[in-house]
Amino acid sequence: MDSLIEKIKSGYLWDFPGGVFPPERKKLSNHSPIKQLPLADEYIIPVKQHIGHPANIVVQIGDSVLKGQALTQVQGPMELPVHAPTSGEIIAIEPRISAHPSGLEELAIVLKPDSLDNWCEKSPTPNYFTLSKVELLDKLKQAGISGLGGASFPTYVKQSNSQPIELLIINGVECEPYITADDMLMREHANEIVSGIEIFTHLLQPKLVVIAIENNKPEAIAAIEAACSGKTKFVVRAIPTKYPAGGEKQLIQVITGQEVPSRGITADLGIISQNIGTAYAAYKAIVQGEPLIERVVTVTGEQVNSAQNVWARIGTPVQFLLDNQGYKPLKKPRVIMGGPMMGFALHSLATPVAKMTNCILAPSDKALPAPENEQACIRCGYCADACPASLLPQQLYWHSKAKEYDKAQDYKLFDCIECGACAYVCPSEIPLVQYYRIAKADIKTEQLEHEKAEKAKERFNARNERLEREKQERLDKHQQAAESRKKAMAKDQGAQDKVAAALARVQAKKQAKETPEQQETTNKTAQNVADSAVSQDTSAKATAAAAIARAKAKKAAQAKAEQLAKDTDKTPTTEDSAQAKAKAIAEKIKAKRQAEAQAGSDAPAEPDNAAVKTESDNKDTEQGLTPAQIKAKAIAEKIKAKRQAETQAGSDAPAEADTVAGKTESDNKDTEQGLTPAQIKAKAIADKIKAKRQAEAQTGSDVPADPDNAAGKTESDNKDTEQSLTPAQIKAKAIADKIKAKRQAEAQAGSNEQAEPENLANQTETASPKNEPEPSAATDVKSTETAENELTEAEIRQQRVKAAIAKAKAKKQALGDK
Amino acid sequence: MNFKVSSSPHNRIKRKTSDVMLAVILACIPGILAQVWYFGIGVLVQIALAITAALLTEIICLRQRNRSFMQIKDNSALLTGLLLGICLPPLAPWWIAVIGACFAIVIAKQIYGGLGQNLFNPAMAGYVVLLVSFPLAMTLWLPPLNLIEYSLSAWDMILVIFTGYSDQGYSLAQFRTSLDGITMATPLDAIKTGLSNQQTYQEILQQNIFNHDFGIGWMQVNLAYLLGGLWLLQRKIINWRIPLTFIASLFLLSGICYLASPQSIADPLMQITSGATMFAAFFILTDPVTASTTPKGRIIYALLVASLVFVIRNWGGYPEAVAFAVLLANMCVPLIDYYTKPRTYGHVKG
Ligand code: SF4
Ligand code: SF4
Repeated sequence: MDSLIEKIKSGYLWDFPGGVFPPERKKLSNHSPIKQLPLADEYIIPVKQHIGHPANIVVQIGDSVLKGQALTQVQGPMELPVHAPTSGEIIAIEPRISAHPSGLEELAIVLKPDSLDNWCEKSPTPNYFTLSKVELLDKLKQAGISGLGGASFPTYVKQSNSQPIELLIINGVECEPYITADDMLMREHANEIVSGIEIFTHLLQPKLVVIAIENNKPEAIAAIEAACSGKTKFVVRAIPTKYPAGGEKQLIQVITGQEVPSRGITADLGIISQNIGTAYAAYKAIVQGEPLIERVVTVTGEQVNSAQNVWARIGTPVQFLLDNQGYKPLKKPRVIMGGPMMGFALHSLATPVAKMTNCILAPSDKALPAPENEQACIRCGYCADACPASLLPQQLYWHSKAKEYDKAQDYKLFDCIECGACAYVCPSEIPLVQYYRIAKADIKTEQLEHEKAEKAKERFNARNERLEREKQERLDKHQQAAESRKKAMAKDQGAQDKVAAALARVQAKKQAKETPEQQETTNKTAQNVADSAVSQDTSAKATAAAAIARAKAKKAAQAKAEQLAKDTDKTPTTEDSAQAKAKAIAEKIKAKRQAEAQAGSDAPAEPDNAAVKTESDNKDTEQGLTPAQIKAKAIAEKIKAKRQAETQAGSDAPAEADTVAGKTESDNKDTEQGLTPAQIKAKAIADKIKAKRQAEAQTGSDVPADPDNAAGKTESDNKDTEQSLTPAQIKAKAIADKIKAKRQAEAQAGSNEQAEPENLANQTETASPKNEPEPSAATDVKSTETAENELTEAEIRQQRVKAAIAKAKAKKQALGDK
Repeated sequence: MNFKVSSSPHNRIKRKTSDVMLAVILACIPGILAQVWYFGIGVLVQIALAITAALLTEIICLRQRNRSFMQIKDNSALLTGLLLGICLPPLAPWWIAVIGACFAIVIAKQIYGGLGQNLFNPAMAGYVVLLVSFPLAMTLWLPPLNLIEYSLSAWDMILVIFTGYSDQGYSLAQFRTSLDGITMATPLDAIKTGLSNQQTYQEILQQNIFNHDFGIGWMQVNLAYLLGGLWLLQRKIINWRIPLTFIASLFLLSGICYLASPQSIADPLMQITSGATMFAAFFILTDPVTASTTPKGRIIYALLVASLVFVIRNWGGYPEAVAFAVLLANMCVPLIDYYTKPRTYGHVKG
């Protein structure tokens, strides 16, 4: 390396293969100084503007923020905060079109300026060399600095490399036609840039710093050379103008003659490269204490009257930039963010400027003709001659087009840097790069799916084993139970008394409390509760369910008999209610039987999947995210808690109904994970529908959605529409919604306690464990007591259920909040 | 507003496929002019015949394959017709050109799937079929005009092409008898014939045809094609690797053999300036579709053609070696391409 450094110092330059010479058209915008702009009407700050993960939003709608105030807070690796570009009020947190080729919406914070432009408190550290490396890196992170050259890689991550760095390359090449942002920045702020570079050198301690500038920018070269004078470690190198000399890999090849290993990083060579703009941003952040809230953007193109570089605040809508420079839209307008070779066409002018935006280009159709007809490839090989990565673009194209992805990868598809040189020279106007992008995306999805399938297979096998085991256990138990039952029956009539007593209790209570109409609702609820219970019956619980169902069936049979007896001496009103109830019970029996049947059959217990699959799907999509892991754990905990609650409560129906709500909630929580809202919504809805369908299918009856489900659904709907809120807000609101939904359910049920299987956390207090009666012989005795007494007991029991649920919920929330 | 959204890159070089083809066609002009100068208007007639036949066949094929016949605008059929026409003997009967062009377009190109898909160079495939099917008509190269006993007007030539007889009723065979009374094909033919008649190379060169315009004529035709080729190189329409390798290796191969046995072989300069050498180097071998496209592959391909040309010329049965050599090399192109993938950035060799 040392001899290499000597060679570099001596002024030797290497070349890279291929390359093209598109018309530069930089003259359009490099004549006037960088312009300061007035404030825009609103700023749209996408939460994620870098490679990595978005940070947590820490502001709420309605908050007033100061210029430079952090809007998000970093909590994990590869996160970067975003800052308020000016002072004002947060008016929305919602998905907006983001600076991305897809034109999809992403979560953004919308800021309405108060026109005061008041700074928050800055913490400049001109004597940064007194800081430790960690502190300095943290400052870079807190300032939200990512690579401004286009890749938007978090700078602090790049700078915190542990490998020894010999060479720092500062990229001022700017090889894309039209763009002059770095050029003008170098001309006007050479000293600041050099100070910024010194921060990097302080962090990395390289042996040499090479500032590479294309030789078509003599003014910039002169300015930087002047600013570097006297600094022995600094070398300013004018490199030949050839696209894409500014590509990181190509630049390293030009400066050092070395190649970054495929799938490796530059640091493997002991080299780190940073963009000129990034150096400037680092200077601003450290020496002046100003986070990254504005950057130089070239607003240019034949359709712009006064093409010029401007200081654009992050979040400025493109429309505002264009209007300021006098934009004449074409009949079919075309605006490109970035340069003509690698930039992407915008779908809307509402797109905001992001950290990586270096150019807004509105070309005429003559200057950059829109693609005409794609013709057949004539194998001219021009593309291969132009490719800087020495690929065979033509072969890549054949195989990508034919979807022969194995072969495409043989031809090193993933080493393509998508520079566009091949498509630029192709005489048949084949959009080569587009084919590569599609192929790459397809291959990536394929791989993901493959991994997923592998995992699913594992899961499937594991479950099959488990089911087999459980079946065996169930059979054993069944036999045992049958035997013991026989014995018990012979021995004791108490068990029967107990069942009868319970039924009497329930009935007494109903009669005491209900008007016929109410009762109908109640019955419906009860029925639904049962249905959802069935739908939720997991195979894990299959054994329990089977046992319970058996008991229930027995119970129900008895109840029916009893009712028949009772019905004869009842008033018409009670008769109605009794009939309704009988029906409900019948339904329940049916449902239970089905559950049992299904649990007994091997048909890989699809019902179970409703819940488990939804959850696991969610988990899959969120692999690697720390919050997701926490959530996964939360879900697991939740399930466990639910199960406990269930067993504790003794009657599984209400508790399970709660799971329906709980599950919907968990779905909703997914929506809060900061994924693309549209995706989440779609998924949530799909899951919901799926779960519901399965529930319905299982019960085999087309029961109307029960109140609880309705509540759950309302919740999720509401939440979906409230993507822009902070998680805290969402949560708060969700709870409010839940209460509301609950109220509705309650109202519907005629304020019947039983219609409300789940309850709010604060009601937990009313449930005192002392009051928990033991289901022992004592209860059997009680069975003959008055209806009123029974009622209290039923209530207590309910409260116990509630308490359990509330406990589970509290735990879940606690975990979810983590 | 409805935005125009397209994938990057957003600018393209203004040189389209049709422009590339057109440039190649234009570059042929000096060579064609030289040929007309030495061999008469018949050259042009053959070219016109071949082009017309090629274009018509292409249109019919495109129609049959339900493609827009506007694809004709890519100029590829035009170029194929032109290249074939250039290769034909100036006084060959008219149907020779037509059959050749039809074969080139239908069998060699469209059946493979049209432009870009064909394995064999269409013009050469057409030429070889003619050569194999009508060997006599295809070797009817006249001596340069000023060496012919009978004067031959343009009208005579056209009559000969279309009817077989000139105004005065002379047949083609009669025209071919030169001053010396020998029937001639090309200089290389003459050398070969001479060599097989136990003459030495030096003796053969003493013959009239080489002292006069004949040899010079072929040389100048070759130089004219070289000129056109250099222009293509300068315009970066073609890559230097194929023509340079081809000419250099042909020169070297014949040079070595000439040094070893100067009596029995034409000298290297003669080898590279006679026959279709230059034309092949810049216009046939560089056909984008059928040549190798990798940098190394191009060198191997040109080397292969040169060796084959050398072998066939000197020891094979046919005087015109280029067509066969090119077709044979065409068959190897997929293999060559596969094994000469360049080393991609960031990958170690191997
Ligand atoms: S430049 Fe276009 S036409 Fe030429 S070989 Fe490449 S893909 Fe084919
Ligand atoms: S886009 Fe890919 S294949 Fe095309 S020239 Fe650039 S690196 Fe090569």
